[in-house]
Amino acid sequence: MTPPADGDAIVAARRVSRRFGAVVAVDEVSFTVRRGEIFGCLGPNGSGKSTLMRMLLGLLAPSAGNFEVLGYTVPPDAERLRPSVGYMTQRFSLYADLSVRENLEFASEIFGVSLRGRRARVDRAIEEFGLGSYAGTRAESLSGGWKQRLALATATIHDPELLVLDEPTAGVDPENRRDFWEKLFELANAGRTILVSTHYMDEAARCHRLLVLRDGKRAALDSPGALTGHLAGRALDVESDSPDRAIAALRRFDLVRSTTQLGSTVHVLLHPDAPDASDAADAVGAFLAAEEISAARVRPSSANLEDVFVALLHGEVLDREDAA
Amino acid sequence: MSAFTQISASLVRTLAMARKEFRQLVRDRPTLGFVVGIPTLQLILFGYAINLDVRHVPTVVLDRSQSELSRRIVGELGATQTFDVVGSIESERAAIRMLESGRAGAVVLIPPDFEQRIYRGRGAEISILADASNPTVATAVALAGQGYGSSLNARMQPFITGADSAALRLVPEGRERFGPDRDLVRGEAVRIEVLPFYNPERRTAVFIVPGLVGVILTMTMMLMTALAIVRERERGTFEFLIATPIRRGEVMIGKILPYLVVGHIQVGLILLLGALLFSVPIQGSLFDLGVGALPFLASMLSMGLVVSSVARTQFQATQLSFFFFLPSMLLSGFMFPFEAMPRAAQWIGEVLPLTHFLRIVRGVLLKGAPIESLAWEVAAILAFMIAALALATLTFRKRLE
Repeated sequence: MTPPADGDAIVAARRVSRRFGAVVAVDEVSFTVRRGEIFGCLGPNGSGKSTLMRMLLGLLAPSAGNFEVLGYTVPPDAERLRPSVGYMTQRFSLYADLSVRENLEFASEIFGVSLRGRRARVDRAIEEFGLGSYAGTRAESLSGGWKQRLALATATIHDPELLVLDEPTAGVDPENRRDFWEKLFELANAGRTILVSTHYMDEAARCHRLLVLRDGKRAALDSPGALTGHLAGRALDVESDSPDRAIAALRRFDLVRSTTQLGSTVHVLLHPDAPDASDAADAVGAFLAAEEISAARVRPSSANLEDVFVALLHGEVLDREDAA
Repeated sequence: MSAFTQISASLVRTLAMARKEFRQLVRDRPTLGFVVGIPTLQLILFGYAINLDVRHVPTVVLDRSQSELSRRIVGELGATQTFDVVGSIESERAAIRMLESGRAGAVVLIPPDFEQRIYRGRGAEISILADASNPTVATAVALAGQGYGSSLNARMQPFITGADSAALRLVPEGRERFGPDRDLVRGEAVRIEVLPFYNPERRTAVFIVPGLVGVILTMTMMLMTALAIVRERERGTFEFLIATPIRRGEVMIGKILPYLVVGHIQVGLILLLGALLFSVPIQGSLFDLGVGALPFLASMLSMGLVVSSVARTQFQATQLSFFFFLPSMLLSGFMFPFEAMPRAAQWIGEVLPLTHFLRIVRGVLLKGAPIESLAWEVAAILAFMIAALALATLTFRKRLE
């Protein structure tokens, strides 16, 4: 995957905020999305991902700020934007009592797919998403993975330039998630721009660039590689016979920022003030030995997006200057 | 476990359920409003609308006699309170048109030789045509007409037989015009005959069943669209819909169209059952009825959309519909005679499409009225429909909040 060239921005958020009563759901967030990229929006539940996407589509009015999407200013020009955008909501939002084909037909008519091309377009969507054997099935009786395929097929029926997908793979099994992401890359390679939100780290890692949100604020914006790169030399893996005791001990050690258990291995993120992982490994090993935790083997490891998340949670600044 | 612990556990569960229900009720503000609103509205409406003393029946006069006596009699009829003389007309045909269109509930016919017959003692006759499609009104007209007739007769009788009496005060002059000779051939000097039109047996079913067409349509049509947008909200399809290029007006009209067909099927069904089970006649053209039903159905469906745009849940939508349905049923003249309602209630009634549709459906079905003579009622319904549709479109936002 070659990241798209800089400059060709098709979405720009300008200091967008949204308050719900006293709660600030989105707080002065700015970013740009470039043509042809898969732009991820990562954050825990309630971090403002859905609110941000809904505002970007003009479905929710921002309390402050605005967007420039495909040359239109949103909110005022939101309606003119509609034909060029496909939107997949977090909750399945198609007609449960219509069949797969009927849902696709409805969407194609509403999105103004030309009368002559309509039938062929629906047939193509059914084939492209492998929905053939379910064409006559009512949407309500599809399983999660198939519902989601139908939703993506519907969101792309009018060949939109921009796709906005709000946690499209929530509640879908890993195999279907893989298939789904393959589909997204196909679309991106065909020139579509995709804005996708997720709270799965493995999915976030597949995006060209990631906007990390925390409490409605922009915590970071960069490629996944660059984000983890900021944490180079800060991760360790500790193997132990009793990982629970190792974790309890490590949490008391002041060089350690966080621990994650992966089977018998404990993944450790070091404190920013700690020495480089290769040097810190010995110190950690010695500490564990002093704590009488047997068979501990400590080696430097590479940081992952979860580490990025933890670091951001602690207020570390990983952002490059980027679009501000 | 002892019986006591079992009972007390059951009591705890029951009360837990009750407490939960109460909390939910208190938090559902609109529903709480209905708890207060429905009884208030119902009490006021029933209290004012239920009045079986029919008064002020709109009456037109076809006075062919054009005499001072006839004018006095018309004046006295108007003073009975049952008759509200709203105008005079020139021909029988015009009289029928007034009855057909429901603009008049009674027509007073005074023959050309009225005065002459009185003075000659030949027994004069006044006919009152009563619109019996509404049996309550017809009965009131008959009672008032006959009552006035016998009092008039009592006053005129001495005059005919030569006795100097109150009749002289009623007819101070004119005696001379016809000369002193009188050939008394009738026992009664004057007779008022009330002729029930359209539903001569004054059967209630004949009156109620056509009205039911309107009432049933109000209920079903409104509820169908009242749930339409709320359902999209509750099922989550609303968010998909508002992210498409569809316009607000397109959503509204698209939601209405299928139900116009459904509504016409319902009209047919009710009429068929009415004819089969209650022998309700169909005097007029079904096509005319269809023409009248179309704007009515559209107005109810539009009102449903207003409800749907405002309500947040299907439950609220149902309750709000009821809020509109109640005055429709009580103030339209479906159950209680429109003529008997106080002025203010009549004004509200005139706004409601059901009031006008009842006139259309009764006019066409029972009186065989052509739809042209009911154009005013159609116009009133159309005005309501346009207002409701505009309101629904404006309250419908392609936004999530």
